[in-house]
Amino acid sequence: MRVSFIVGLLMSLWTSQVFGVEPPPLSASDLPGDDGKAVLLLWPRMPYEASQVFYVVQGAEEPEGPFEEVTRFPSTSRYRTERRAPFWTWRKGKDEHFFVVRTIGGTPLESSREYYFRLGVDLGEGPSFGSAVSALPKPNWFDFKKLNNFIFMVLFAGVVLWFIGRARKKELFLRRIPGLDAIEEAIGRATEMGRPIYYLTGRLGMSSVSTIAATIILRDIAKRAAGYDAQLKVPHTDPVVMAVCREVVKGAYLEAGRPDAYKEEINFYVTDDQFSYTMAVDGMMVRERPAAVFLMGYYYAESLLLAEVGASVGAIQIAGTDAEHQLPFFVTACDYTLMGEELYAASAYLSKEPALIGTLRAQDVGKAFLTTFLVLGAIAYTLGVWAGIEHKMEYFLDILRDFP
Amino acid sequence: MFLRQYVPMAIAFVIGVAFAVQYYVPHPASEGLLTTVNDWLIVVSGFSMVLGLASLMGSHWAKVRRAVPGWGYSLVVFLGILGTLAVGIVSKGKMFAGEGLTLTALGWVYDNMLVPLQGTVFSLLAFFMASATFRTFRARNLEAGLLLTAAFLVMLGHVPLGEYIWDKLLGFLPSKADQVMGWIMNVPNMAAKRGILLGVGLGAIATSLKIIFGIERAYMGEGG
Repeated sequence: MRVSFIVGLLMSLWTSQVFGVEPPPLSASDLPGDDGKAVLLLWPRMPYEASQVFYVVQGAEEPEGPFEEVTRFPSTSRYRTERRAPFWTWRKGKDEHFFVVRTIGGTPLESSREYYFRLGVDLGEGPSFGSAVSALPKPNWFDFKKLNNFIFMVLFAGVVLWFIGRARKKELFLRRIPGLDAIEEAIGRATEMGRPIYYLTGRLGMSSVSTIAATIILRDIAKRAAGYDAQLKVPHTDPVVMAVCREVVKGAYLEAGRPDAYKEEINFYVTDDQFSYTMAVDGMMVRERPAAVFLMGYYYAESLLLAEVGASVGAIQIAGTDAEHQLPFFVTACDYTLMGEELYAASAYLSKEPALIGTLRAQDVGKAFLTTFLVLGAIAYTLGVWAGIEHKMEYFLDILRDFP
Repeated sequence: MFLRQYVPMAIAFVIGVAFAVQYYVPHPASEGLLTTVNDWLIVVSGFSMVLGLASLMGSHWAKVRRAVPGWGYSLVVFLGILGTLAVGIVSKGKMFAGEGLTLTALGWVYDNMLVPLQGTVFSLLAFFMASATFRTFRARNLEAGLLLTAAFLVMLGHVPLGEYIWDKLLGFLPSKADQVMGWIMNVPNMAAKRGILLGVGLGAIATSLKIIFGIERAYMGEGG
């Protein structure tokens, strides 16, 4: 009698805990900073959570259903801390769970349409659901996750403009770039030897900043080539770049006072196929044996195939690229290499225009700023690990993180 | 002057600012604008191929006409263009069933002529790399010596034979060849690479700003 009473008491306690469980209150809202095609669900942490206990989220397009399962996961996961978002848009913590709904039954959510969600708790006997809540996803005009990026861009633009203004009043120091100093020598050599100069603008189109930088440098080289009456050849892999380069070279010849020496054939199209272009240019180099080869812009696997042939025909070669994985090939096969940012600095260096030189100083300030942040970040995180508070240091690191 | 300078500068400013801001706007209108402009870009690129083809044929025709040395190569270009065109016209774009593969006649030309040629050129890279390496890795000074040592260690870590040699000769050391290679690639190499990338990022932003604000105009054929 006594034993059956105790067993009955334990059973009632167990059933009240298991079958009488109430799902936590669910809140649904538009996900901020998106294109209006997602809903954010939040609910508080509950005392009965365990790895065997599951949360089930269901969604519907109408308040009365039918509800379809959106996700199911162990109740010990998807805490606020697990979402990758910056501290200024998202509070981290383990006091709440979250889930971002983008589809219901495989159908993507539509903006400005109301959706209904309910949360269930499954203790192994099937989920018990709470009441449904609704949310209206709306598109936003600013993604606050990218606020750090935006502030940095505005600040950097301000620093660039300030230094341009300053450079117009005061002369700024510019360190020597041997690769650019050698341009004069390379063109002079080609003139003396009576051999052509080859100028390549890389593999990318005009939407690439490195191609734009290559066309800017071309202007200076074309001007000097026109002055020396050297033969310039610019084989292209992109017709749009060819059209731009024709204008650039024509302008340069005009500026050099040699419009009569300008020919449309200086810039010519070869093909947009990577290796066909490479072999065509290699073939021309072997036959015509240029005295100078300029390889500016962005390159892929053809970098070494071009630079080695240039070296084999005895050309003085100056390369400039921001493709960091091709730099070793150019360093190996070329006489001079403009590394990364030096490609962008070339126009300022060659023209000595104060406004352009000002931007170089702004780049230096930007680099100093980033280096300071990197050093401080490394120290802060190391100290954080040492003091056991590395999660707090995440706030600091968020400032420099990219949140797509 | 107005049409050649100020109008392109105004377009560069408006479009440059609009698309710098577009990155921060998740609204579908912003995404739609980006998609539309990308579509325009594809259309313009398609039309520009006519320009490219005219340039290609013009320059090669001039070589054939003047019978300049190597004019035979120019003739091959014409034969290639006309041959491919003829294959496309005669086959009328019909699909042909091959060995477990269905292709158009142009697809056959691409798969059986262009792809093997591309593979052949790509395979040449190994020989070019060997010759460049031979020339560069001569320990003429401290820097070249360091480069040679680092390259040798990375090579040892990459090939099974290297690991075998390492174990036989330097097996008493606490680190294995792949660990040394991993350290070289992930610490000094990665640090240098990131340094370059930081400079590239800032340089690209500065160049974009120069173009947006009309400070850099050399790409329009104007003095910069």
